[in-house]
Formats: sequence, structure tokens, C-alpha cells
Amino acid sequence: MTPIALADYDVVYRRPDALTDVQTHYCPGCTHGLIHRLIGEVIDELGIRENTICVAPVGCAVFAYNYFNVDGCEAPHGRAPAMATGIKRVIPDRVVFTYQGDGDLAAIGTNEIIHAAGRGEDLTVIFVNNANYGMTGGQMAPTTLAGQVTTSSPYGRDVDLVGMPMRVAELISTIPGASYVVRRSVHNVANINKTKAAIKTAFQVQMAGLGLSMVEVLSSCPTNWHMSADGALKWIEDAMIPVYPLGDYRVADAVEPLTKRRRPDRSQNGSLATIPEE
Amino acid sequence: MAKELWKGNEAIAEAALRAGVEAYFGYPITPQTELLEYMAREIPKYPGRVFLQAESELAAVNMVYGAACAGVRVLSSSSSPGISLMTEGLSYIAGTEVPAVLVDIMRGGPGLGNIMPSQGDYFQMTKALGHGDFHPIVLAPSTVQEAVDLTYGAFELAETYRTVVVILADGAIGQMMEPVVMPPARPVMTEQERADWALRGAKDRERRILTSLHLSAEGLERMNQGLQNKLARIQQKELRWQETMTDDADLLLVAFGTAGRVCTSVVSAARRAGLKVGLLRPISLWPFPEQRLVELAERVQQILVVEMNAGQMVLDVKAAVAGRAPVHFYGRMGGVVPLPDEISAQIDKLVSEPAGGTGFKTGSNNGYGQPKAMPAANGVRA
Ligand SMILES: Cc1ncc(C[n+]2csc(CCOP(=O)(O)OP(=O)(O)O)c2C)c(N)n1
Ligand code: SF4
Ligand SMILES: [Mg+2]
Repeated sequence: MTPIALADYDVVYRRPDALTDVQTHYCPGCTHGLIHRLIGEVIDELGIRENTICVAPVGCAVFAYNYFNVDGCEAPHGRAPAMATGIKRVIPDRVVFTYQGDGDLAAIGTNEIIHAAGRGEDLTVIFVNNANYGMTGGQMAPTTLAGQVTTSSPYGRDVDLVGMPMRVAELISTIPGASYVVRRSVHNVANINKTKAAIKTAFQVQMAGLGLSMVEVLSSCPTNWHMSADGALKWIEDAMIPVYPLGDYRVADAVEPLTKRRRPDRSQNGSLATIPEE
Repeated sequence: MAKELWKGNEAIAEAALRAGVEAYFGYPITPQTELLEYMAREIPKYPGRVFLQAESELAAVNMVYGAACAGVRVLSSSSSPGISLMTEGLSYIAGTEVPAVLVDIMRGGPGLGNIMPSQGDYFQMTKALGHGDFHPIVLAPSTVQEAVDLTYGAFELAETYRTVVVILADGAIGQMMEPVVMPPARPVMTEQERADWALRGAKDRERRILTSLHLSAEGLERMNQGLQNKLARIQQKELRWQETMTDDADLLLVAFGTAGRVCTSVVSAARRAGLKVGLLRPISLWPFPEQRLVELAERVQQILVVEMNAGQMVLDVKAAVAGRAPVHFYGRMGGVVPLPDEISAQIDKLVSEPAGGTGFKTGSNNGYGQPKAMPAANGVRA
């Protein structure tokens, strides 16, 4: 049997240059790794690997700097937008992104994200909402759903005691300096593709100097949700999306041409169906 | 170079600009605010340099952290309550070993305290500027000129050791006006001069990572050992102090910053009165000029430490002196600056009452009188 030369094959799938050739430490079925891959593909497609600086959070993604093949650093819990501001302001021609969980961005780091948005920093924020503090073993986050059982809300989140889940994309979308604010999910292939398109737009917004861009991504945490990998994806669809409708919350006029699609119609509750094909 | 009249806070800012500072991040707080305002006014005149008012000291210190990781000369300034907020970020900066310069114009504490000059943050600065085992280099000027000179040299010092350098002054030095000779302006670093660890984008080289995270115990111990070795080098090489009439002194004053400045006048007055009083004024508070103090303690009969706090540096003095001479303390708190006459009165008492006399006993030495005796532990059992 004559061996077939590798050149005879088309490469249809490979590791992006923007990801390092290592195994991640994420739990099986966790979508943090998948979101990393989407970012890696986008960095490759935009040709910005040598120009990009990653600011990792405190959370399960604390080692993100080991997985992205770019210059990287690691911020104190919640402070990534401030640290990224310091970097971007002194080297404004580089691409700087933060990767933050919901404890990191929506609890301890609310001040930093709100004011980075307020200043219209040219930063890209990938905000991974998995409705709990994954890294510390599944405590309640501001994004934990009403009634959701976590290790620090063992009887379910009591909204009378601690309030309703916080909708971050909606909140940030009210700030003029945030010019591209969307929520996506990675629970199935169609939505993974939409998430990637949004991440790409978010980086392009930064490269065009149009202000802060944030993609909130609904992400699974099968370990702390005590679910199977696909059960967790189903929970995103059934439980999270009704509370966190997917959609475009702010697309500034200047950003519109980058998206090449019409604005979603949120009069229909911002459900998935209102987001046009990308 | 001609002498010009400068306000302390503004002089420090100008010295930093002349040292080639590329970015300043801060948050308003009295009695430091003129420094921030000066930067707001002046930095826009230098293309490419950055001024940004942060939303808090927490954010400011993390902006400093980011800019430091990008390898630029970066400065922040604050006053006591703001420094407390910065300690999280300063610990990360120390753990990551990136250089940064910080100015603390101390005010009265604890809590909101007041805006009067104080030295209440000696412990915080030299011993506990955040969690973990580290010390920044802490430099304490006693005149505006000295504040200028120390600030001008602080950036190179920070870069040499990849550490935080703190200029520790108080509201008196920040607010006073004095004649100053400004150093010449240096250009900012060129791209070629950037450190080989700076995050600038992985173009034509391996990517770089800056982090304070070391998950394994052995890995973190190795990192800490490296840090301690560096601190030991700093303790060898970066000691700074000034002596006034110590050669023949019987009584040695030890004081830093504004208290040191007051003590300089006290020495002159004492000499006029025929008393052999000298002054050791530590300029580097960390590293502390321990060895010099040991040498002087061998020669003098007694030591009086004067501070604008409840007695903080005095512990370092006692540790260094280790019983070679009795160590006494006189302090004022709450933003009260001790007057030369008060200190002279303390000296008169010490000289007339040999060591061990009432009021200035070694071991119970504080200038505020003796605390009421506590009831014995078994006497307060409920
Ligand atoms: C100042 C500080 N407080 C608390 C912690 C502990 N801590 C580490 S990760 C984390 C929560 C992370 O949750 P999230 O941001 O949602 O990220 P995930 O792990 O879910 O991806 C906490 C509270 C810390 N490292 N630093
Ligand atoms: S704990 Fe949750 S978020 Fe963290 S790696 Fe595991 S599954 Fe992912
Ligand atoms: Mg989380």
C-alpha cells in the first residue's frame, strides 16, 4: 500500500496559532476551553497574535495566559479591566483583551468594568457567565439563578434575601462608552458559531478604536452544577437563557457596519429567534 | 541651575516628569491632590505620556500594575486611606516583580483620621504593604529638595530591582514651599531600552507571561527565595541616611522625614546649650540603616527616637540597638508636629535623669505617660 502524502489532504481543522499546544485544566464538558478556542480562531483570522495581550482573571480561567499563545498577565480578582486599561493606555496600538468570570466581573469587579466602559476604553472583554463561582467550588454568584442551589445557597438562591440575578450585558449596555455589548451562548453548534462571530466583531471594534466591546457568553459548569456535560448544555438552554436572553444589547452606530447584520428586535423578549443569521 | 520656589507635591510630580515617567494613574485625596492635579495639567503637554484619573485607588494601582507590565515608567500617588486600598495591587506587583514608583503623602489615622501631617504609616509601608513576604524600598525625604532628588532616582532604583519604590512623606512636606534645584529632564525610554520581560506583543519572539501565581509549594518557595535574595541585596546596597553631629554625641536622636527635620533644629539648640546631641536621620526606612545604628549605639549613652506616631520606627531602632544603649521614645499623634522646644525638654529630662529614671524607662518608653496597669488575667475571669 503506498502511503498517501500529507499534502494530498486539505487541513480542515487544526489548533489555532493563537493557542498553545498544551492540555487545559478545565473539567470535562466545561465550555471555558471551547470559548478559548473561539478566541484563538478569531485572533488567527484577524492576524493579531503578535500584537495581542491577554489579561487573565482570578477564577477557573486564571491560567488562560498559559493557553493563549500571546503575551499575557494575570490580574487580581475583578481588576482585569483596570489592569488592561493600564496596558492599553501606554501601548494603544496593541490589542488588549480580558477574559473574566461572573464572580470576577459581576461581583468583586463591578467597579472596574463599569468605569472601563464609562471611559470607553478600547478593550475587548470576554465575560463568561456560568451562574456560579466555579473555581472556589460552586458558590453563589450575582448571576446565580433564583432558587439555584449552590454551596453558599444550599436552600436555593433566596431572592428575598439576596435579590435577583444580575443581568450584566443589559447593565453595561446603558453606558455610552461600551459600544458593542452582546450576549451569546455556547450550548449548541449554531450558537457557538454566533458566539465566534460576536467575538470577532468585539475585537474589530477595539481595532477600530470604537470603545469597549463585551461579549457575555453563557457557559457550562457541569462539575458544580452536578450535571452531565450535555445535561449542563441543556440547562443553559432551558434555565439560563430565559433569564439571560441572548441578543445584541448595544451596537453603536459606528459599530453597525462591522456586524453586517440588522439590530435584533428585543420586543420579542430577546429570544434566540430574534437574532438574525450571522 | 537656579533655585526656584516649589510646593512639595508639585515638585515631586515635576521630578517624576523629568525622570521620564510615562504614565500616571491616581485618585484625589488630601494632602496629596496637588500632585495629581499637576500631572493632569502637565502630562498632556508631553505627547505619548498618559495621565488618567482612576475611579478608585484600587483601580489606580491596577492601572499601574498593567502599565508596569508593559515596561513603562509609571507613577501613582496617594495618602494613607488610599494606600490601604492599594495594598492588594502592590502585593501583586511585588509578586510579579515589576517596577513601579508610589508616593505616599501621609495623613493622620486610623480610619478617615484627618488631613494633618503624620507618620502613622511607617509599619504599613515598611512591614505590611500587602499580603505575603515582601518589602518595598521606602525613602523618606525631609525637605522638598530631597523629595525631588529621591523621586528622580526612584525609577531607576525600581527598575534595577524590579520592585516598588515608595517616596514616603507627610502632609507637611507635600504642602510646604521651598527653594529647589530641579534636575535636568531625561527623555523617555526608547523601544530598544524596554526590559526583556515587558509585555509588548509576541512579535518575532516567544510570548511572555507576567504572573504572581505559582501553584506548587516548591515553585512558590523558589520564587520567594529569589525575592528574599533580592531583598538581601537591597539591604546591602541601598541604605541611605544622614547624620548631624554624631561624632561626639552622648545622646543620639533618631528621626525621619518631618520629625527628622525638626530634630535637626533640636541638635543646633542643644549644642548651643552645651549638650552633646547628634541626629541619625534614616532616609531609607526599608532597608533600615541598622548597622550604622549599631555602630553609633556603641558610642552614645542614650538614644531618643522621635516620631509623629505612637512609636513605630522605635521598634526597628530597639531591634538594631539590642540593648547596647537605652532607647527612649517621644511621639505626637493625630497630625501634631512636635515642636523643637518639646523635644529639647525631653532631652533635658534625659540628661538630668540618668537612664532608668522615671518617665523614660527603657521598655516602657512612651512619651504619653504610663498606661494604667491591666488587671491580671485571672482577675477578670467572668
Ligand atoms: C480578593 C480575592 N477574593 C476571593 C478570591 C477567591 N476566589 C478565587 S476564584 C473566585 C470566584 C471565581 O468565580 P468566577 O469569576 O465566576 O469564575 P469561574 O471560576 O466560575 O470561571 C474567588 C471568589 C480571590 N482569589 N481573591
Ligand atoms: S469548575 Fe466549572 S467552570 Fe471550572 S473548570 Fe470545572 S466545569 Fe469549568
Ligand atoms: Mg463563574
